[in-house]
Amino acid sequence: MSQQSTTRTLRVNGEPQQVAFAVHHSLLEVLREELGLTGTKHGCELGECGTCTVLIDGKPVLSCLELAAECEGRSIETVEGMMQGNELHPLQSCFADLGAAQCGYCTPGILLAAQALLAENDSPTRDQIVEALSGNLCRCTGYHKILEAIEWAAAQLRGDDQYQPPDSAIYGDPLPGKQAADV
Amino acid sequence: MSDTVHADDEEGPVTSDQLRLIGTPFRRVDGRAKVTGQTRFADDLSFPRMVHMKLVRSTVPHAKIVSIDTSKASAMPGVVGLLTGDSMPDPFGILPVSQDEHALCIDKVRFVGDPVVAVAALTEDQAHEAALAVEVEYQSLETIATVEEAIATPEPRIHEYGDEGNLHKKLSMEFGDVDAGFEEADQIFEDVMYFEGNTPLPMEQHATVALTEETDRITVYSSTQTPHYLHRSLAKVLGLPAARIRVIACPNGGGFGGKSDPFNHEICAAKMALALGRPVKICLTREEVFYCHRGRHPVLMKIRTGVKKDGTLTAQHLQTALDGGAYGSYGVASTYYTGALQTVTYDLPKYRFESIRAFTNKAPCGPKRGHGTPQPRFAFEVHLDKIAHQLGIDPAALRMQQLVKPDSITSNWLKVGSMGLGKCIEAVVEGSGWHQRHGKMPEGRGLGLACGSYLSGAGLPIYWNHMPQSGVQLKLDRSGGVALFCGETEIGQGSDSVIAAITAEILGIDLKDIRLCVADTDLTPVDLGSYSSRVTLMAGNAAIEAAERARTLVARGAARKLDVPARELVFADGRVFHGENPDHGISFQEAVVEAESRFGTLGTTGSYTPPRSPGRYRGAGVGPSPAYSYSAAVVEAEVDRETGIYRIEHVWMAHDVGKCINPAMVMGQIEGSVYMGLGEAMMEEQVYRRLPKKRSDALVHKHPSMLEYKSLTFAEMPPVTSYIIEDPDPNGPFGAKEVGQGPLLPMMPAVANAIFDAVGVRIDQVPIAPHMVKQAIEAKEKGKPGRFGPKSFPEIDFGVPLLVPTPAEGGDGKAINIEDAGVRDGTGTMTERKDAVKGDN
Ligand code: FES
Ligand code: FES
Repeated sequence: MSQQSTTRTLRVNGEPQQVAFAVHHSLLEVLREELGLTGTKHGCELGECGTCTVLIDGKPVLSCLELAAECEGRSIETVEGMMQGNELHPLQSCFADLGAAQCGYCTPGILLAAQALLAENDSPTRDQIVEALSGNLCRCTGYHKILEAIEWAAAQLRGDDQYQPPDSAIYGDPLPGKQAADV
Repeated sequence: MSDTVHADDEEGPVTSDQLRLIGTPFRRVDGRAKVTGQTRFADDLSFPRMVHMKLVRSTVPHAKIVSIDTSKASAMPGVVGLLTGDSMPDPFGILPVSQDEHALCIDKVRFVGDPVVAVAALTEDQAHEAALAVEVEYQSLETIATVEEAIATPEPRIHEYGDEGNLHKKLSMEFGDVDAGFEEADQIFEDVMYFEGNTPLPMEQHATVALTEETDRITVYSSTQTPHYLHRSLAKVLGLPAARIRVIACPNGGGFGGKSDPFNHEICAAKMALALGRPVKICLTREEVFYCHRGRHPVLMKIRTGVKKDGTLTAQHLQTALDGGAYGSYGVASTYYTGALQTVTYDLPKYRFESIRAFTNKAPCGPKRGHGTPQPRFAFEVHLDKIAHQLGIDPAALRMQQLVKPDSITSNWLKVGSMGLGKCIEAVVEGSGWHQRHGKMPEGRGLGLACGSYLSGAGLPIYWNHMPQSGVQLKLDRSGGVALFCGETEIGQGSDSVIAAITAEILGIDLKDIRLCVADTDLTPVDLGSYSSRVTLMAGNAAIEAAERARTLVARGAARKLDVPARELVFADGRVFHGENPDHGISFQEAVVEAESRFGTLGTTGSYTPPRSPGRYRGAGVGPSPAYSYSAAVVEAEVDRETGIYRIEHVWMAHDVGKCINPAMVMGQIEGSVYMGLGEAMMEEQVYRRLPKKRSDALVHKHPSMLEYKSLTFAEMPPVTSYIIEDPDPNGPFGAKEVGQGPLLPMMPAVANAIFDAVGVRIDQVPIAPHMVKQAIEAKEKGKPGRFGPKSFPEIDFGVPLLVPTPAEGGDGKAINIEDAGVRDGTGTMTERKDAVKGDN
């Protein structure tokens, strides 16, 4: 395999970065290995799991399938760019508070896919969220908390401070009928 | 400062049940790092001059290695190092009794994916290219694909050890007079069931980085659930004193049992680093992760149960046959686990259990979530559904009428403490509208009920010793901050948060004032690892002990300053104050200053060793736990009769966790278990096929990729109603029991039972594919049994059963025929027999 290298200027999280890399390397490899942005993860490097999702010009893209050399002049966003100053983005804080990140390995990709969805649609339905995230696998959470965290963050981003995630997401459902009476 | 008698009072405050943090949904201590990308997983690490390693893996399933030619590879650009098996002749393996792996194969390969050569190069691409250039010549041997083939083919042996031929393990035990139990029955039910293998599939591919500090001192970072066991294996294979090896388990990007063994790549990276004197990294490809496997064993089962007309179980005879794959791994323990926990849910007065584990030329199987217990649980819970149906008894009532009593000892000598299964069943039955809907829904819709139970940590460590299974150290100083050292490993389950919260609760400080140092074999006291759902209970109890000791020291310091007896002080909200007069107090930091002034540098330790189990027979080491969790599920399914395609419409899950340390995290474990259980029920399978004879006859993984290894996506996950049941166990920290594995167990049988309720056919195996449902429906329409599943269980000579009288028969926990059964005395099962006899177990 050729080890021919190229130098490009990539715009990552709003900052232009000049970077040299092997021409055949994926954006995933260049972000992690050349730029040290290891927040972007990988689960397959074959386009099968969604873990490596980043945003290019606002659209979710599998960085393991994207040649870095083709990303010049485009705006690349990774999880490292989500925080606003020292404050978490609402998606991040809702994920952290609900426990929507367990091992946290799928989390960066899912946060970015969700961010792209919310940028287009500030009040997505459950089905729309499911649709937008159906290419992202998570082995830990069973997905529910992720959906609840996105709905909560969407509310915060719309300025709806009244919205609270359902108690059942945190404490479980109230015990039914006669059991509830014993408690 | 007045020096009163109080100041020398050595009694500290008592932990009250007025909890401030425990039981609340606090944000995980690692929550922020995980959502910002700051968590450093093993593959995120890099060091100056680091080189990259690849393994050359066997392309054939069973063969002698004739020759290895690395000359082309070593001349490739960038190549800096090559290793073959002869440089690491000492075998290793997770269990002392099956040290059957080599870091690189020496004479022989045993499955497609077995590593043969390690290559290091300056870049990952170069290492990859060089690995492709290594030439290995193999002389193929006959391959074994299934348990039946292993029974029929004792030679050539895959390993030169094991109970007989290609059977790695054979066991037979009988608790009570089982024949008499069957005679008491009005009817005997029998089923043959199959549970296909499936794989943990953590999202993170395994990675390791090794670096040397001295010629004979090394640090190994790895995505491992068990840094302590990796430490032991490294010491053995590298031939270095354990004190010169430091293993740091990075947070794991999921484990599910798949990162619980010491792995070839970990040992090779260390060896390569020692050879090169520079950092070495390896990150497995996803395909390699499928080859590492150590996931769920495929298990064929025959279950026979004697039942009275009223549904009372009188005896059970369970036979299991495990397809172990090419190495021992946890297999001996897994074999016992396919029978050990049958007794902890419903009274089973007499019980016979026989099992074999076969070696086959496939990726080794091991301890995936639930370790050996989901397979027999599936068989038992579907079997019970059939019994209930035939006897005309409601399946929920059948279970409720014979629940194991709390604080009792089962027929196989397991000590059950708190037992909340009844409450779990009631919750899901009421929540799902079971009584109004089960058996009464329109054709194609059905409800299925099933239950389960799991360990909160195994009673015995995997190697015999008298040391604690978990330890915690605390360091406090005048800053007011507390450093917490513990060997436990964060794999996503939230163990860091559990030990931090317990410590914060007892010391009355904020979580942010605790600095964690975990899973570092140089710096942290030993914890055996994140497996068998042991960490909350064991590390949690160790944290309680360490924190209470620290609180006593600090209280004695504050007592002198405040002129209040130490035991009357309260620690809360970052303050230490008099319980009767909360205004009379000082800050926690000031109190630590007082204690440090008085006692010097402050530090405490805590440790945990499980209580001794009453079983005294060989094999009694597998099954005991300080506490058992319980779960019940109802699943609602919609089945299309034409195609057999089914959907899970809703799941009701109740889990008895003893006590929530953090309900939001408990919910996460429940939902994650439901998800993974549904995957196993519906689609997940690690399966193999033989290539045609003319293409080598090789036995290969059918689909080592995430696209084809089907697992549930967002789109397939049904709504889940979860009930948290809290039946505190006196052995648990604040009463807590496990939640990471238990709720998975009922899912597979509940799905099968729901399909029966919907369309009246029995699918006696998982995963349940639509064609199985369709075939069973068609068979039923033709007047044949409406069933899909294995036809028969092979004839196997399990040997003379070890006879153990039950508690009800007046037994003492010991076997009565050890000579006849040909086994030695003692409970140990995973240690060499001679070592087991040496120990006083
Ligand atoms: S790593 Fe890119 S899709 Fe899996
Ligand atoms: S949180 Fe572990 S894979 Fe999603």
